[in-house]
Amino acid sequence: MEKILEVRDLHVTFHTYAGEVQAVRGVNFEVGKGEAIGIVGESGCGKSVTAQSILKLLPQPPVQYKQGSILFNGQDLLKKSEKEMEKVRGKEISMIFQDPMTSLNPTMTVGKQIAEGLTKHHKMSAAAAHKRAVELLEMVGIPQPERRVNQYPHEFSGGMRQRAMIAIALACQPQLLIADEPTTALDVTIQAQILELMKELQKKLGTSIILITHDLGVVADMCERVIVMYAGKVVESGTVDEIFYNPQHPYTKGLLRSVPRLDQNRNEPLTPIYGTPPDLLKPPAGCGYAARCESAMRVCQLYDPKLDMVRSNHQSACWLHHPLAQGKTGS
Amino acid sequence: MLRFTLKRLGWALLTLWMVITLTFVLMHSIPGNPFAKEGKMPPGVFENLMRYYHLDEPLYVQYGLYLKSLLQFDFGPSIKSSTLTVNDYIREGFPVSLHLGLQALIIGVTLGIIFGVFAALYHNRYPDYLSMVLAIIGLSVPNFILATVFINYVAVEWGLLPPAQWGTWKHTILPSLALAAMPMAFTARLMRSSMLEVLSQDYVKTAKAKGIAKSMVILKHTIRNAILPIVTVLGVIATNLVTGSFVIEHIFGIPGMGEMFVKGIFNRDYPVILGSTVFYSAVLIFLTFVIDVLYTWIDPRIKVTGGE
Repeated sequence: MEKILEVRDLHVTFHTYAGEVQAVRGVNFEVGKGEAIGIVGESGCGKSVTAQSILKLLPQPPVQYKQGSILFNGQDLLKKSEKEMEKVRGKEISMIFQDPMTSLNPTMTVGKQIAEGLTKHHKMSAAAAHKRAVELLEMVGIPQPERRVNQYPHEFSGGMRQRAMIAIALACQPQLLIADEPTTALDVTIQAQILELMKELQKKLGTSIILITHDLGVVADMCERVIVMYAGKVVESGTVDEIFYNPQHPYTKGLLRSVPRLDQNRNEPLTPIYGTPPDLLKPPAGCGYAARCESAMRVCQLYDPKLDMVRSNHQSACWLHHPLAQGKTGS
Repeated sequence: MLRFTLKRLGWALLTLWMVITLTFVLMHSIPGNPFAKEGKMPPGVFENLMRYYHLDEPLYVQYGLYLKSLLQFDFGPSIKSSTLTVNDYIREGFPVSLHLGLQALIIGVTLGIIFGVFAALYHNRYPDYLSMVLAIIGLSVPNFILATVFINYVAVEWGLLPPAQWGTWKHTILPSLALAAMPMAFTARLMRSSMLEVLSQDYVKTAKAKGIAKSMVILKHTIRNAILPIVTVLGVIATNLVTGSFVIEHIFGIPGMGEMFVKGIFNRDYPVILGSTVFYSAVLIFLTFVIDVLYTWIDPRIKVTGGE
């Protein structure tokens, strides 16, 4: 498959008064043309930082891109100037954010907010952009788009606002859409509708999608491949089937175990992963998950495991896969 | 909108009536009378004067008479001046005070917004520190000190502008600047914190993610949203300018309404005190109304309705 995005050995740090927080510590992944990948992991594991780094949305300082590269169609985005990035943002790569309640400007009509990108990137006239905004609203399933286009965000419901956000993101037909927890702030029925809409539009427009979420169900529904992140690193990646039916990394197993099941007895407690992620101000020398891992060995505390090929479509970073560790069972 | 206006008009009249009544009562409870400074006068003359100005009537009759003349937009005669009425005073003094006040308001608020925006954009860097030092000076130095400093250096030492009086536009600069310092400082501080808050909002990130240039993001997506608190305090700032102008008008010898008001109190010139208070109140109530309408224009989430 043709790759449109390759993230190579990305390191991102934040400068704080307490010191340098290593939010992303060497992330590698790629996105194929028209492919949908999911990035999962708990809060603070570097998912959003990775995503926002692709568009360089994080203010520098305090953020610094220490090393690595983000190749988009072969061009390194990290080397581009702010002016050059403006031509990429919204036009080639767009982004949908978590909370539709706060992601739209309350003092500007929805139509104007959609039209903004069109006038900027496609040099459309105001009238043409307005007309296109109506079409886009219709495309994302908002009824009476001619009326809605002139309304303000506060006149939209939460689900409709997220639809409007999708319209904004897809206005210039970008090649890549980054959705940062697009359904987290919505209630369950609306979540399903928004996911359905995104799937449908992906098919129709051929856009590649990076979906960031901590909801494993959403990933199973939308994505072809999954990347599991922990403490600023990729710990496991593979196709959806491999990750869900044949998880290799203890963290992924823990994540899957902690999902509540419908056939579970109501009195039965949920299975959490005990402990908290490591402090990225002073990241551990060994595996980031070692402190919480049930099958941690001495080597895990001392050396960081590399991503190893488990199968052709499945990689995992864990010392348990090492030949010398055979016989020890991952829990 | 019409219902809103009518309702507000009703409240405005009620407020005005309360201002009139309170001022009337307070004024008459100050000891002394308008003729105390005139020295000895024969009792017959005094009684005649009292009768001429209806000051011998019981207070409630005087109050009724005053309300009646107010309804005809007649603020009554000035007791101190034999020829001028309070209406004459207002006609002459108000345009001057309005000119001075508006000029100071525009200078102060515009500069304040600019300083505030720059301070927020360069948060914790030199432009920020500079703006905030200016703001602290503006807030802590009283305007009469500032006025004296201006007169001493700009007018007397360097001879750039006239030191006092009112006439050409050159005369307006120093008093406007002295008056504008406080609102400038106030607006700058408010705008800075408001901008900082808006800059961290998600929709600013959305705008950036659309590929809009940074300058356009600031102009279209942040300033308008950040300006709302400024609009809210605009009424207070306007009040400050009106009251602050008493001193400034006195220092610069400007024939505005502030002068007239202060002199009116000294002289126990009852109609002048009442007239200027009522007039000021009317102006402020009107300003507040204008600000409320402005509000809905800036922030569409706020709707004026007659309901509730």
